[in-house]
Amino acid sequence: MKLTPSGSQTVGPFFRIGLEHLYARGTDPTDNAETVTIHGKVLDADGNPVPDAMLEVWHAGKGGLYNALQSDSSHRPACFIRIATDDKGTFRFTIVRPGPVACAAQSQQAPHIAILVFARGLLRHLTTRMYFPDDPANDSDPVMQLIPPERRHTLIAQQNANSPGSFEWNVVLQGQDETVFFAC
Amino acid sequence: MADSITVEIPAPGTQPDFHFPPYVSSIARSPRQPLIVLPQTLSNCAGPVFGHSIINALDHDLTVQHEAPPVGERIIVHGRLLDEDGRPIPNALVEVWQANAGGRYRHRVDQGEAPLDPNFSGAGRTITDANGYYLFRSIKPGPYPWRNHYNAWRPAHIHFSLFGAGILSRLVTQMYFPGDPLQPFDPIFNSITDEAARNRLIARFDIERSEPHHALAYSFDIVLRGSKDTPFEGPHR
Repeated sequence: MKLTPSGSQTVGPFFRIGLEHLYARGTDPTDNAETVTIHGKVLDADGNPVPDAMLEVWHAGKGGLYNALQSDSSHRPACFIRIATDDKGTFRFTIVRPGPVACAAQSQQAPHIAILVFARGLLRHLTTRMYFPDDPANDSDPVMQLIPPERRHTLIAQQNANSPGSFEWNVVLQGQDETVFFAC
Repeated sequence: MADSITVEIPAPGTQPDFHFPPYVSSIARSPRQPLIVLPQTLSNCAGPVFGHSIINALDHDLTVQHEAPPVGERIIVHGRLLDEDGRPIPNALVEVWQANAGGRYRHRVDQGEAPLDPNFSGAGRTITDANGYYLFRSIKPGPYPWRNHYNAWRPAHIHFSLFGAGILSRLVTQMYFPGDPLQPFDPIFNSITDEAARNRLIARFDIERSEPHHALAYSFDIVLRGSKDTPFEGPHR
């Protein structure tokens, strides 16, 4: 007989005291691999910044495999980043640029990162993805193809003009250009 | 290869909706577009592995983090982390945070009237043992007022953050205490509309595990989404 999974509850406004021990602090440089920095805002239905949100980034490594998620020598798991928004609702993190992802065999997926969004007001966390701009693999990505074409842009970061390794991507919880979220 | 994990679609009412107007903060922060359903073959990824090295020996004991014991009713909170098949989840990170006995969090945003306790930080963490078992020592958190509606009070609760086998197993929830008269009035607790599912977030008072002259115990098992379909894996149950 299957057990019913425990119900989710919001992280509330005070999660920092329990969860900040795993917040990413600066860059974790790993053997000169190409890194990318992603920054942006979490915004609510009225376009207001959300200063009490937290993101967890689950990303593939260079080899494109999520299942390489092991603790590294710094005692933090590789391929996992936890970061909170600041008073202006902004976040920033740096990771090794992920390769194409072969998650659970079958289909090759375009390079992306999986992101969980937690916040006061979110009774369950949200699941989304961020893809890189101008990657020809995006068009054939099996997840992108499940999304109505007019909404796909919400998952694609913008490259910052003068900084090739820097990308901007916002999480819009509701309203115009609402980010695509997944049920899975 | 990562273990193959399957998850069931949650039964109606056993998980909260994102948009639940009695919880006012959900109104402007909940998506209105339909969620895109991802087949598990595309979304089902292994999760981070947290080594025991991120945990200090006393991180599970919230009563010994300062020079003197905190004010409040000493409690033990313990239980098992299980998957959907009832199998224990070993080596999983469990993080908790809570208000002090007066209902105040050690957080700059919490400017409630109740005093901070210099001997209580209100955060702990541990890793489940080989049987999926965890144990925390703490003090019972107080209820506290909030601004959701007139005369709004959160029932006493402890926040739990849990990692399981993969990204689909991730869970953040809250543990409540039996007999708390504030529960019927709390929109966050009642966002789980299925009564049985809601009541499973209430810990069970555990006289057997209580320690004479020292602490009362509460038992709280947590079930994460997912079950392994590796048929040849170790003894089950």
